[in-house]
Amino acid sequence: MSLWVLRGLRDGVVTTRWPKRPDAYADGWRGPAVVRDPDPADTAGLSDLCPTNAIAVSQGGRRGRVRLDQGRCILCGWCVGARPDVFAWSAGAAGPRASALTRDRLVVPDVSETDETLAAVRASLRERTAALRRSVHIRHVDAGSDGSDEWEILALLGPVYDIHRLGIFFTPSPRHADILLVTGAGATGMAGPLRTTYDGMPDPKVVVAAGTDAVSGGLLGRSDITLGGISDVVPVDVWLPGSPPSPFGILSALLLAVGRLGDGREQA
Amino acid sequence: MTFTVTKAGVDELWATLVSRVAAGDRFAGLFAAYRPRPGTETGLVLSAQLAVKGGIDTLEVALPPGTASYPALTPHLGAAFWYERVIHDQFGVIPDGHPRLAPLILPGSPEDHALPRHVAGYGLFTISHGPVRSGVMESIEYLIETPGEAIPHLNMRVFYKHRGIEQRFEGMTAAGGVLLAERAEGIASVAHALAYCHAVERIAACVPPVRAALVRVLHAELERIANHLDVAAKLADAAGLAVAAARFAVHKERVLRLVSGLCGSRFGRGVVVPGGVSAMPRLSPGAILSELGRLEKAIDSDADSLMSTSSFLDRLRTTGPLSPARALEHGAVGPIGKAAGFSDDARRNRPYDAYPSLGTLPGHAYDDGDALARLQVRWDEADQSFHLLRQVADELAEQAGADELLSVPCDPPGGRATGWAEAPQGEVLYDVTIEGGQISRCQPRSASFHNLVLMHEVFAGDILTDFPFIEASFGLSFAGVAL
Repeated sequence: MSLWVLRGLRDGVVTTRWPKRPDAYADGWRGPAVVRDPDPADTAGLSDLCPTNAIAVSQGGRRGRVRLDQGRCILCGWCVGARPDVFAWSAGAAGPRASALTRDRLVVPDVSETDETLAAVRASLRERTAALRRSVHIRHVDAGSDGSDEWEILALLGPVYDIHRLGIFFTPSPRHADILLVTGAGATGMAGPLRTTYDGMPDPKVVVAAGTDAVSGGLLGRSDITLGGISDVVPVDVWLPGSPPSPFGILSALLLAVGRLGDGREQA
Repeated sequence: MTFTVTKAGVDELWATLVSRVAAGDRFAGLFAAYRPRPGTETGLVLSAQLAVKGGIDTLEVALPPGTASYPALTPHLGAAFWYERVIHDQFGVIPDGHPRLAPLILPGSPEDHALPRHVAGYGLFTISHGPVRSGVMESIEYLIETPGEAIPHLNMRVFYKHRGIEQRFEGMTAAGGVLLAERAEGIASVAHALAYCHAVERIAACVPPVRAALVRVLHAELERIANHLDVAAKLADAAGLAVAAARFAVHKERVLRLVSGLCGSRFGRGVVVPGGVSAMPRLSPGAILSELGRLEKAIDSDADSLMSTSSFLDRLRTTGPLSPARALEHGAVGPIGKAAGFSDDARRNRPYDAYPSLGTLPGHAYDDGDALARLQVRWDEADQSFHLLRQVADELAEQAGADELLSVPCDPPGGRATGWAEAPQGEVLYDVTIEGGQISRCQPRSASFHNLVLMHEVFAGDILTDFPFIEASFGLSFAGVAL
């Protein structure tokens, strides 16, 4: 056993300093697609580019005609590949722009709510999380994921991300949990267990939908088998796209949930 | 690779299957689909698949339209147990004589939530473990019947994660289907994409360019290493070896970061497309080689330490044994089969992409079938993967500057074929039918589905504290089970 203790010291500190310091891997991350040019000359076929129908072309307006719903983006890159003049990858996995406090804010380049609506959402969240900023316990539920989301959450427990350094812990019991971290497209089989877990958590509680599947159902969408995301079953507070979301994205969403990170989409 | 439609009845087909399995072919799956038949109404067609040297044979029988039941295969061939339950769930047709026709991939009636009791005796009770389990895990419910320590009977409810993948495939284009295949079992994205693309390419009769075949192997083997490290970390964690678990987690993270450095996705998504690959790796072969060298050295060193930590080995040795006879009978795929002396590696027996041109290391044979043997198989496979990866990087370096072709056109208007690939969990099969440029039926079969049913049988003498070891040593993903 002493051997393992020595081995543990072998590589020194491998843990990221984020969010205190920037992290090169997080900054170099390729996030969901964004719209580079919301008013291109040629909009023919744009809305057919996306396998999850995330792209919409409207009649036009102050902010242009092309909208992209990052809550549906599965990062396949079809739009970026076909029309690099209109679409691009977003840069960076971590930070305030990785997730959003309302579903509508994942639609770019647009904000449909007024700032007062967002202020109300933020105030409600702050009220619920004020007491638990530095000691947060998470209960994870898989509501029909493809399995990769769990790997990325598990990565947070490893030495590289080490979520414990931020005072965030996972707990087996919903009775001890402050945050419900949900992955998966909302399989009907998991609707009951998910709701039971939510109901078993004490108030105040916060729900994070982690991944495009949890936000919108992703490629599976809404059918008689999947619910098109988890928001029909539990009220979602933080929406995090990604297929799967990166560990830095999940970390950002959790910090946003407890008010330790601003919502950069306010200025969008 | 043959495709046979039996004119005779179901019984004759079952007799053929049983005799061919007895003669050494491996039962690879049983599926059903409504398929039009020339000269008759559309009816339910049962397709059985046998893995043979060089390919997958499909044997079919059409049930008369309106058939409500057929004689079950399971009493003759136990490996069909879950397959026939899925067919019953999907089509309502009853396999007569099936030993336990409970719903498998669809949620049952509310009465089913009463805890079942299969073992009778004083002091026995049932632990319902799941679907929301402790820790960050995929959803599954284990029903463990126990007098307190031993586990005389285990039952599994896998339907919680049923996502309707098969149905979703219908109507997709060949190019779109690969996105869904990548998400059928997310931790084996590359293997699923490969199996799917191999089926499509077989329909279109196209062959991916050499460089694409190399890039495919590059990603498939990195995926294998990441999965095996995940299993090692979970086993170390189950044994309370915190440092070992942390170190394997770091190695796994480095592999995932190498993959994201190559293609932008930590799971190799978006790389494999029908006809080839979407792009060349973003890192140079030299950079790949040097990172591989560092990784292999670090992993080898920690793996050697782990395999000489006696408190760890004691927990794995004789834990969750699968007998070679059962492995052979069931046709267990992947590390679970290899650990029990039954090896049918698709990369060797039905080679694809660049595998035929790459040299392999001689493998060790294991037949203990326990959790320890399964881990040893995984370390051997990881060594093999590094050996393959070095050759791939060398080949890519030689190919640099050669013709820039990365994919060939592959959009077949119609046809049907089976594709396969060796995932970290074992063989993945895709039976794809395309009509009018759209997928009309796509039946994925993951290694996790084929192997998970064996977990019923490996608790001989093992107790509750062995459970995490057995589950981790199987190394399966439940997303691939109920699809």
